[in-house]
Amino acid sequence: MVTRSFPGRYDSLAQIGEFIRGITDKAGLNNFAAYTVEMAVDEACSNIIEHAYGAEDQGPITCTCKVNTKGLTIILEDRGRPFDPELVSEPDVTGELEDRPSHGLGLFFIRQWMDEVEFEFESGNGNRLTLYKKRTTASTKSTRQK
Amino acid sequence: MEITHTQYKHCDLVKVKGRIDSYTAPQLAETFNKITDDGRFKIALEMSELDFMSSAGLRALINTQKVCKRYNRGELVLVAIPGNIHAALDLAGFIPLFKIFDDVLSAVGNF
Repeated sequence: MVTRSFPGRYDSLAQIGEFIRGITDKAGLNNFAAYTVEMAVDEACSNIIEHAYGAEDQGPITCTCKVNTKGLTIILEDRGRPFDPELVSEPDVTGELEDRPSHGLGLFFIRQWMDEVEFEFESGNGNRLTLYKKRTTASTKSTRQK
Repeated sequence: MEITHTQYKHCDLVKVKGRIDSYTAPQLAETFNKITDDGRFKIALEMSELDFMSSAGLRALINTQKVCKRYNRGELVLVAIPGNIHAALDLAGFIPLFKIFDDVLSAVGNF
């Protein structure tokens, strides 16, 4: 198990990405599975800064990673306002250009690309998001080419 | 992230390298906005050396495409999309909204 804490700022995202790539390498995920994890974590951390904290530099993002034989678990914790995923509607991903929303895609990616997603809020402790990626799914979903 | 902008007679070429996330996406949006504020709406985005693009980058693409396609005055086309980023665009349902080219020459020739 590895835990690291990052300042809740957008310029932490590249460092968080690098940290996650180290973990996905260790977990033996293939290139595409590793990319989906990096993207889910990036989207979650952006949401923490924008929604839970409401601005940059309001608190840390703590990232805990556990690797086992079945897959990879990543826990993201903040000390911000409660985030209720039920309040975010599914984005329209099939309509005409003008009807496409420019927001709400982050959570969509997290839900589509991770095998398990759990949101928890504890008063006084903030939000805890648990992401789980199975290693088996990783090998069946290969990188798609254009 | 590194952005290179080249203005041609009939279109603008933007090449982006590295990582587009919530920290860097505003720079890409600003590059697009400068071009469209100049009254130029035919843009090719070259992505071959792009490693990562989050939904913040997708947002810049969709917003720019809306501006460019208005009144049929142009469009944003995508060039040499890496596999992982193509998968993200596909999941977000963006593939039907953009013309995609394998190389800059055919993208620029399209305009």
